Amino acid sequence: MSALLDVERLEVGFGGRTSAVRGASLTVERGETHCLVGESGCGKSVTALAIMNLLARGGHRTAQRLTFQGDDLLKLDDRGMARLRGNAMAMIFQEPMTSLNPAYTIGSQMTEVMRRHKKVSQRVAIDRAADLLGQVGITAPGLRLGQFPHQLSGGLRQRVMIAMALMCEPQLLIADEPTTALDVTVQAQILRLLAQLQRDLGLGLLLITHDLGIVARIAHRVSVMYAGEVVESAATAQLFADPKHPYTQGLLRCVPVPGKQRQDEPLGSIPGTVPRIGPGFEGCGFRDRCTFADATCAHAVPHQTAAPGHDYLCRLAP
Amino acid sequence: MTATTTLPAIELKSVGKTFRVSGGLLGKDRRVVAVDGVSFAVPPGGVLGVVGESGCGKSTLARLILGLLTPDSGDIAVEGQRIVDMDRKARARLIQPVFQDPFSSLNPLTRIRDIVAMPLQAQGSFSRAEIAKRVDEMLERVGLPGEMGNRLPAELSGGQRQRVAIARALVLRPRIVVCDEPTSALDVSVQAQILNLLAELRRDLGLTYLFISHNLAVVEHVASEVAVMYLGRIVEKKPTQALFHQPEHPYTKALLASVLTPEPGLGVPDVGLGDVMPDPANIPPGCRFHPRCPIAEPRCSTETPPLRPRPGGGVECLLVP
Ligand SMILES: Nc1ncnc2c1ncn2[C@@H]1O[C@H](COP(=O)(O)OP(=O)(O)OP(=O)(O)O)[C@@H](O)[C@H]1O
Ligand SMILES: Nc1ncnc2c1ncn2[C@@H]1O[C@H](COP(=O)(O)OP(=O)(O)OP(=O)(O)O)[C@@H](O)[C@H]1O
Ligand code: SF4
Ligand code: SF4
Ligand SMILES: [Mg+2]
Ligand SMILES: [Mg+2]
Repeated sequence: MSALLDVERLEVGFGGRTSAVRGASLTVERGETHCLVGESGCGKSVTALAIMNLLARGGHRTAQRLTFQGDDLLKLDDRGMARLRGNAMAMIFQEPMTSLNPAYTIGSQMTEVMRRHKKVSQRVAIDRAADLLGQVGITAPGLRLGQFPHQLSGGLRQRVMIAMALMCEPQLLIADEPTTALDVTVQAQILRLLAQLQRDLGLGLLLITHDLGIVARIAHRVSVMYAGEVVESAATAQLFADPKHPYTQGLLRCVPVPGKQRQDEPLGSIPGTVPRIGPGFEGCGFRDRCTFADATCAHAVPHQTAAPGHDYLCRLAP
Repeated sequence: MTATTTLPAIELKSVGKTFRVSGGLLGKDRRVVAVDGVSFAVPPGGVLGVVGESGCGKSTLARLILGLLTPDSGDIAVEGQRIVDMDRKARARLIQPVFQDPFSSLNPLTRIRDIVAMPLQAQGSFSRAEIAKRVDEMLERVGLPGEMGNRLPAELSGGQRQRVAIARALVLRPRIVVCDEPTSALDVSVQAQILNLLAELRRDLGLTYLFISHNLAVVEHVASEVAVMYLGRIVEKKPTQALFHQPEHPYTKALLASVLTPEPGLGVPDVGLGDVMPDPANIPPGCRFHPRCPIAEPRCSTETPPLRPRPGGGVECLLVP
């Protein structure tokens, strides 16, 4: 059986100036949590938006393969895509205010999603909305359904977004930083809810996050992006135990752990910034910052396999 | 006048704020308690970390201190002056915000350098050349050099935009900065760069920060004292090391126990708070944490916990001595 989501060699550019995604490949299986991590600006959100065909104006995607449940998304027209979006494949956006309409109440936005895709009465839709708000830990759902987005705290908005994405029981959920605005106790509650949905519905989850604690605790597989490329991908335990790419190694070294912070020392970081990468860029995107870089890194860098299911993009031997 | 007593940079006395919201589908209007009887003082050069439940009132507290909201009760003073009495330009030179989600309210057609220039322009006293120079310096300092300044917000990643927000807050060289989740959109390495930058600026310029974050490791690193909020109140406040190593309030303990350290295979802990979240329009009597507290006793639902003083703060729980 084919994977739930299969992305092969995805490329996204903006107006011929910026290459935001450069040949990224990843798959999400039914019931799998696949986490996507990487430096700010490396192309995680653009990858997600390209999959959903929601790129901003000027954005252009190509791919060798882009399938959902075996169906070719590249061949689907706008109406076909609109039928899937919010329905079988749902997305939680990084900035909740960009996808909540300030002019409508939470209740009308949540029920609208469901009534667009399913033949249900307003009553049924409201009940489902209230039930889901309860499941993501919002008390007094009746009160919240009647409120406008600006009347909610950041964390409440984020939970509304999560509940809204679940309205139509999606097969695939793409969640872009879904819990960054939440305190750690609510975060734990939502992660447990997602895990339960996964068991009950076989939900596939593509989760974009900066929180390596979340990755370690819930991901089955992790892909690390850098400058538009997936530079390493492995099963979670394998990646944490034996990272191969120098960027992954650097990233894992900078995770701050509470209870062990020292104020007299700066937080660990990877010096330098990501280069501007346009069309025609060649070689390893990390070479300006890599302590192992040599002259060969300025040319095509090989894909290597460290172990079955553990691939990375670097000249260094496993 | 003698300078023997230093004024606190930020001082709050019994500050309260409620919002009226329409009852929506249920009809009746309700009052949401966002901040309830909050008092504290932050010394000049200090960093007060504020943590707590989503929706417990942290951002409301930030907006009150910035003078963007007026308290219903209590007093707020910044460097000894009542914030509500100050004019906007003077306030902007003294205290600046760095918000979570700063771009939802911005014109998407404004270039980055113009966004950063806004606070300078609003003062009306800087020459064009001076504005350009300060903006360039600031953009360089937050790691957005050269051509980046000419981009539009949509052309930056979430993390890059957060750096713009920091540049805009610091371009007037304020003395107090209120940071509301300034690095929650950033990866750990860029977050470290920004926090190291904020720390460096604090040392160089003697800045005072109020620092709101859900990331406890970050708070532990940057804050000199930490306040834990629950349903509008500060339930525990202490110097940072004491809070992390001797937490006393059951909610503080639950927070610390919920942190996900990067250890594969451990799963997500259930710290026993239940799934019933608090309702700010319906504050429980007695200790407001009692419906979720794993060690609550019968009297917790009737007696209001007094403040038990501790060095640098205190705890509000009936069961601590
Ligand atoms: N509409 C756009 N026009 C031009 N460039 C864009 C646009 N959207 C994104 N980009 C660029 O594409 C690159 C990838 O951005 P993306 O938002 O995917 O980053 P990200 O990995 O999600 O980062 P973060 O972790 O900060 O959210 C960035 O360099 C960004 O500046
Ligand atoms: N303008 C408003 N109108 C009505 N209620 C509001 C308004 N602003 C905030 N509230 C309510 O006040 C309470 C506190 O909100 P606040 O934004 O201060 O929380 P927070 O601690 O910052 O949460 P988060 O961690 O989720 O950002 C919430 O219940 C919120 O819904
Ligand atoms: S290819 Fe070269 S520059 Fe790139 S990560 Fe490997 S060693 Fe470093
Ligand atoms: S007073 Fe009672 S309910 Fe409140 S925190 Fe203490 S033990 Fe828990
Ligand atoms: Mg993003
Ligand atoms: Mg907030």
